[in-house]
Amino acid sequence: MEALIYLFKDYTFQTVALGSAILGLISGVLGSFAVLRKQSLLGDGVSHAALPGVVMAFILTGSKDTEILLLGALISGLIATYFIINIVKHTRIKFDSALALVMSVFFGLGLVLLTYVQKIPNSNQAGLKRFIFGQASTLLQRDVYFMVICGVILLVFILLFWKEFKLYIFDDEYAKSLGFPAHRLNLLLSFMIVMAIITGLQTVGVILMSAMLIAPAVAARQWTNRFWVMVVLSALFGAISGIFGTAASSLMAKLPTGPAIVVFISGIVIFSVLFAPGRGILQKVIHRKNLKLFLRDQGGDGNVPTV
Amino acid sequence: MELYESNYAVQIEDLTVAYDAKPVLWDIDLDIPQGKLMAVIGPNGAGKTTLLKAMLGLLVPVSGTVRFFHETDNSLRKLKNKVAYVPQSGSVDWDFPATVLDIVLMGCYGRLGLIKRPGKKDKEAAMECLQKVGMTEYAGRQISQLSGGQQQRVFLARALMQTADIYFMDEPFKGVDIQTEKAIVVLLKELKESGKTVVVVHHDLQTVPDYFDWVTLINIKVIASGPVEEVFHEQNLKKAYRSTGNLLKSAV
Repeated sequence: MEALIYLFKDYTFQTVALGSAILGLISGVLGSFAVLRKQSLLGDGVSHAALPGVVMAFILTGSKDTEILLLGALISGLIATYFIINIVKHTRIKFDSALALVMSVFFGLGLVLLTYVQKIPNSNQAGLKRFIFGQASTLLQRDVYFMVICGVILLVFILLFWKEFKLYIFDDEYAKSLGFPAHRLNLLLSFMIVMAIITGLQTVGVILMSAMLIAPAVAARQWTNRFWVMVVLSALFGAISGIFGTAASSLMAKLPTGPAIVVFISGIVIFSVLFAPGRGILQKVIHRKNLKLFLRDQGGDGNVPTV
Repeated sequence: MELYESNYAVQIEDLTVAYDAKPVLWDIDLDIPQGKLMAVIGPNGAGKTTLLKAMLGLLVPVSGTVRFFHETDNSLRKLKNKVAYVPQSGSVDWDFPATVLDIVLMGCYGRLGLIKRPGKKDKEAAMECLQKVGMTEYAGRQISQLSGGQQQRVFLARALMQTADIYFMDEPFKGVDIQTEKAIVVLLKELKESGKTVVVVHHDLQTVPDYFDWVTLINIKVIASGPVEEVFHEQNLKKAYRSTGNLLKSAV
């Protein structure tokens, strides 16, 4: 307990925990939209595809500033999205195949570039590998500021276009028939999801980032049938996982933060899938068993009412 | 402008739509008069849904123009209060976290425009629309718990919420039972009585004379269009369906 109090007073811990919490919150909110739009996997593709961008940004500028590296990640993530969308549009290749293809090509390219960079003598590349699995402990105060700014911008857009996004996700053709600029809404939402992914790369890395996007939303969906409750819950789950994951990795030696956060959020997902009322597996099993017993012992009512 | 000379709700000129090289609709010229309850019929793959979507501007035609009420500018942004669309209920995922009332409220989003939220008045209007389709007690129900017929009614209520002048419906009777079908028909006739124009993609040939007063037969091209009693006969049907057998029971 004492260790915990001591921990929460620690400045580095505060910075990292705050960063992780904000990341959880952002990815929780945007993840809800991605999941309901049935584009959970796009997040996976974009985050993997960000790796060559990070390395290219370093090769071209020689800088190790997080902002510059993330700008590279953003650009290559967007290029990958563009490729995926156009492959689906212009060929007979289906979305899942196009996604897997583009994702592995980009990630492979990223690894090749990374190996190349490491062979350049005297190049100060030591920090690049952290983008693969993430390294939350390298979060600086200005990185957290950067995340806060990104988060505020994203949340403002979500609040402004709440009704439009909801309508578009549920029924895009109807949104179009009402005269909403469906294409532009789609672009905006995709761009925002990519932004959310990019802000998380430094903390959890390109491989695990999609879990941060999908897991909170999937868990939240189990507990509610209301859209806004789902988004709020998802943000909450994400933020809590961020804080607890950071705490766990600080208390235990050699436990990396990013994976700890992901393990924590996965625990929430498993609990939600099993025990949530209504949609949970446990309740369904119990309900079915009770009904079966009831029908066997008492017999059903022969006069089944019609609706 | 002489109103009586050309009292049309929709005028289509030289409309051609192609997804790939093969045209789905070819050189369609069609005028839909105001205040009619019109069925669009034709075999599978004849382009019925495509025609509807092209009229609504949901897809870009190769050539041709669609005009509503003689407006020269037919962008949907301007017309959002005049045109309502009821898509096939199978076109969306009904596991979306929303209540029936939420979905019906979407009908006023176009009127509200960007950023503004629906208020108390809109909710009252939505309840009225639900009452018209007989779904008041389902307002708070999660949409994943609805049956096919109820889904269709919810979409209908959403379109009513738009208080439009023209309604486009894509197979509203698909997968609904006879009771719901009757209820929907009553509603459509009410809309017609109040001067609205209703265009319905329809499949059941036997019910056409009972339900509709205007009919358009298409198969890539327009085969015939006009009042049911003049146009809807065995000869035109055979042309549209490329069939040699009798298609109408009454004609047997």
